[in-house]
Amino acid sequence: MTVGLEHYLTVSAMLFCLGLLGVILRRNVLVIYMSLELMLNAANLALVAFSRFNENLTGQMMVFFIITVAAAEVAVGLALIVALYRKRQSAHVEDLTSLKL
Amino acid sequence: MAFPDILFYICAFLTLLFGALVVANPFSRNPVTSAMFLVLTIISMSGLFLLLNAFFLATVQILVYAGAVMVLFLFVIMLLDLKEEQRRKINLFGIVTGTASVAGLGVLLWGTIWSQRSPANPDLKLIGDTKALGLELFTKGQFLLPFEIVSVLLLVAMVGVILLSKKELK
Repeated sequence: MTVGLEHYLTVSAMLFCLGLLGVILRRNVLVIYMSLELMLNAANLALVAFSRFNENLTGQMMVFFIITVAAAEVAVGLALIVALYRKRQSAHVEDLTSLKL
Repeated sequence: MAFPDILFYICAFLTLLFGALVVANPFSRNPVTSAMFLVLTIISMSGLFLLLNAFFLATVQILVYAGAVMVLFLFVIMLLDLKEEQRRKINLFGIVTGTASVAGLGVLLWGTIWSQRSPANPDLKLIGDTKALGLELFTKGQFLLPFEIVSVLLLVAMVGVILLSKKELK
């Protein structure tokens, strides 16, 4: 079977599910953040596949912007995690529950 | 089977394998191992980008993600001085419901993707190289405003990070 749009979308969906599983199941803030990056990359893969099979460069432009914004987002998020760690001395989500009722 | 198809299956398998090892590694629960496997995931995914003729994005993926972002991650992991994550009591209810909802989402996506086959179109001529993307970005006028906004966003992110990293948060 020749590889078409469906195959790329399937890989993207599976990668997205893996990332979501990581966000739900892991307890380390940094690993959760890495799983988020995995989900972002899965969305990028789907956009590039759509762009290729519709012969339209707009999807790739969108991925270009997503990568730029993701770099900024990682910088800010990691700074937040470091600030949080300095206050609490823990990177474990179960120790960060001051908003819990 | 054609050669690009074999390459697709190899790259897809490696991407999913390394992605699974980021999330759940049976041998090590160290965040550094997860970060390293995330680098491998990103590199094999840029192989997929190459197969999709997105040459510029494949390069940017390796340079920005595997280079800059992951170095930032490793830097923070070293800064935090995390010990080997000790096992805590597992919340069985959370694991079961989480896995079930992710499986539901997966089934939903699978069904949507395969419900309608797109027509086979072997002669695709779109090439996403630097020239094509540069022309699209700078000459159409369609992306000029987003481009400027992104530059401001990067500046804002830099200022925000410096502010967050100061000794005392006010």
